[in-house]
Amino acid sequence: MSAIAELSKSGTGLPACHSGSPPPPKTVDRGGGGGGGRASRRASITGLFVLFAAVTMFFAALTSAMVVRRGLSDDWVSTALPGVLWFNTALLLASSAALEAGHRKLKSGDRSRFNLYWTAGSILGACFLGGQYFAWSELNARGVYVFTNPSSSFFYVLTIAHAVHLVGGILALLYVGVQALRLRIGPAVRTPVEVASYYWHFMDGLWIYLMLLLFVWG
Amino acid sequence: MSSPSVHAHQAPTGFIRKYIFSLDHKVIGLQYYFLALFSVFLGMALSLLMRWHMVFPDMKIAFFEKLWPAGAPGGVMTPELYLSLMTMHGTIMVFFVLTTAPQSGFGNYFLPIQIGAEDMAFPVLNMLSFWTTFLALVVMVMAFFVEGGAPLGGWTAYPPLSAVGAVAGPGQGAGQTLWVVSIAIFCGASLMGAINFIATTIDLRAPGMSLMRLPLTCWTWLITAILGLLGFAVLLSAGILLLLDRTAGTSFFIPGGLVFSDQIINHKGGSPLLYQHLFWFFGHPEVYIAILPGMGVASQLLSTFSRKPIFGYRAMVYAIIGIGLMGFVVWGHHMFMSGMSPYSAMAFSVLTMCIGVPSAIKTFNWIGTLWGGKIRFTTAMLFALGFVSLFVSGGISGIFLGQPALDLYFHDTYFVVGHFHMIMGVAAIFGMFAGTFYWFPKMFGRMMHEGMGKLHFYLTFIGVYCIFTPMHFVGVAGNPRRYADFKEFEFMQNLMPLHVFMTWAAVATAVAQIIFVINLVWSMKSGAKAPDNPWESTTLEWSIPSPPPFDNFGGKHPIVNHGPYEYGVPGAPKDHIMQTDPA
Ligand code: HEM
Ligand SMILES: [Cu+2]
Repeated sequence: MSAIAELSKSGTGLPACHSGSPPPPKTVDRGGGGGGGRASRRASITGLFVLFAAVTMFFAALTSAMVVRRGLSDDWVSTALPGVLWFNTALLLASSAALEAGHRKLKSGDRSRFNLYWTAGSILGACFLGGQYFAWSELNARGVYVFTNPSSSFFYVLTIAHAVHLVGGILALLYVGVQALRLRIGPAVRTPVEVASYYWHFMDGLWIYLMLLLFVWG
Repeated sequence: MSSPSVHAHQAPTGFIRKYIFSLDHKVIGLQYYFLALFSVFLGMALSLLMRWHMVFPDMKIAFFEKLWPAGAPGGVMTPELYLSLMTMHGTIMVFFVLTTAPQSGFGNYFLPIQIGAEDMAFPVLNMLSFWTTFLALVVMVMAFFVEGGAPLGGWTAYPPLSAVGAVAGPGQGAGQTLWVVSIAIFCGASLMGAINFIATTIDLRAPGMSLMRLPLTCWTWLITAILGLLGFAVLLSAGILLLLDRTAGTSFFIPGGLVFSDQIINHKGGSPLLYQHLFWFFGHPEVYIAILPGMGVASQLLSTFSRKPIFGYRAMVYAIIGIGLMGFVVWGHHMFMSGMSPYSAMAFSVLTMCIGVPSAIKTFNWIGTLWGGKIRFTTAMLFALGFVSLFVSGGISGIFLGQPALDLYFHDTYFVVGHFHMIMGVAAIFGMFAGTFYWFPKMFGRMMHEGMGKLHFYLTFIGVYCIFTPMHFVGVAGNPRRYADFKEFEFMQNLMPLHVFMTWAAVATAVAQIIFVINLVWSMKSGAKAPDNPWESTTLEWSIPSPPPFDNFGGKHPIVNHGPYEYGVPGAPKDHIMQTDPA
């Protein structure tokens, strides 16, 4: 609750875009409703955090299912994690770092560096997905499929669910990259950059969590 | 999540952009409303077939055989067909009616207007969420037409029945798969909707619209969105695991050693109870998703038509929040029969009793609002009063079901069917009727016919009590739930006259709904022209023309100076002060 109250207080006046409208008071913005401007920028960030809550809930449910399923049965055979996952983890961390560096460059007005870092981050992100594909193939080659064992079932469910979320992330990164090349994004118009990169960082953190979970409990 | 699209201030002109793939929250709200209206009639038709079969199980009805050659050979419904109708009835009602109309329908239309915004925060996401819901409905209805027909597993789809595939019966093959897929799609749609509602309420309020000036409808839409956000994410995970059990050979929910139709099931180690926990972690909040918006509408209407401020606005807000939060810790009361430890059962029972407290607060505040009011008995008001009545009637039986010792007996009897139809079925539906009569003038610029409305109200009100009250009695007498008919049971024969009564009551109530449809269609074309504020209400939607212009406020930006329910303020020139009136 307090977060909501906080947000409701933190508003600042937005310049009115229609002549003759009353002066904007200090407390809250006027409703923007997708009309651009500060209100919709804040709404984008809020929406993103709300999305994080949903994703967290989704993976929390899978985690609790995994813990329960593991505790209940005697048929659990731990899945040895494919070695390439550690490499993938490094790729994902690097891609986050590149995106963040790009974000900083953009803030300071350096568009060309931004484009460079953003592209690098996107490519590293795509490489992570490619690397995940290797991990699944390696397991397949070992004869470990989704139905082999409850442990491998959860391995595939969690990693594929994460990968699906990343595909969405990659689309967002591409969208931002293209918008940037069309000069639709700049130091003053950073919301899409922030939304996409925060989402990516969140996926990064989620991945670290999944690695720990699979390493310790898988 | 993409950033909010830049959406121009002019209305789109082409038919497709205006009415089909519209980004306008008002059009999307109506799309949801009509999707739910279609679904409620489909669901009602299914319920009539069930009720008919229950009391005339041997009657040969030719068109049954036409519709379902395998399910009704010779025109006599098989028990499997009954169960599939029941499953589809429950699923369609819960997901495509109760989750759809009160929140996504009315909420989409009126949340932005009531908080003074021009649209939802993410119009494109909004459109996507409607069309995803539509897709989910199409997939669900397709289950009727695939080999084996619709699934039998009930709206809860418990494994192992729902997980082992076609061996478990007709409908458990392709039909059940489509069911799971449809629910998963629906989860995605609801998540998109929830994100939009929450961001809109937090960030797009007009100046002066502080949280404690939000109409209670907006509070219920916000909390419902939060429940949906957290609940549907969990249901999605359960759905995915169930789908994998069905199609990929995993054993999340399927235990070892099962034999179905003389076939050994090649799975082991899974836990059906795990599914139940995941399902009800969503399922209990889901009943509040269904009822909270109705509570918001009832509060708004009771205040408006009593010409009095809502009694205890703050208490109402805290009760809504309390119900929302506590809704997540009582799911175990659906599982008392699962062999859970008596200590957990005790905990769930106590928590369930606790959630009665905010519910009682709301009820007392509604009565307090009515007390001494100058009540205007419009049709909308009657439905709001009906809502309160049904909510209390349904809530009281909930107290019994929340006792583990009593639930051991009541579980899976008609007592439960009576309980949940009262509180979550018809109470929520009354909330929708109330909302329809109240907001119709705003949505369509014309008034609905009060005479037809009242006739419809009285018939429906009496009708639903006649259908669902006797269910409690037969339930206490031990009448089991999810049975196609009761021919075989000696002890049931004495109860059959009550069942016949319920069936005729259902037929009569269904017929009475025709009045509503006529009223709806007639009023859209020929109702009296509606003024801007026919009910002398105070919230923002009544300060703009009926129907509202494309950007809601005609380029003006409303400033809010008052709370939402300032009726009968002493010393004020009028008996109501609009939220936008000067301070
Ligand atoms: C015309 C009014 C209605 C009638 C006559 C009716 C009748 C029935 C009947 C006969 C059953 C089967 C009970 C059994 O065999 O165990 C049933 C189940 C159910 N109904 Fe209704 N119903 C009506 C309206 C509604 C509404 C508005 C809802 C919305 C919540 C609803 C939700 C359900 C649910 C969730 C089930 C349980 C399905 C299952 O067991 O999986 N019904 N109804
Ligand atoms: Cu419950």
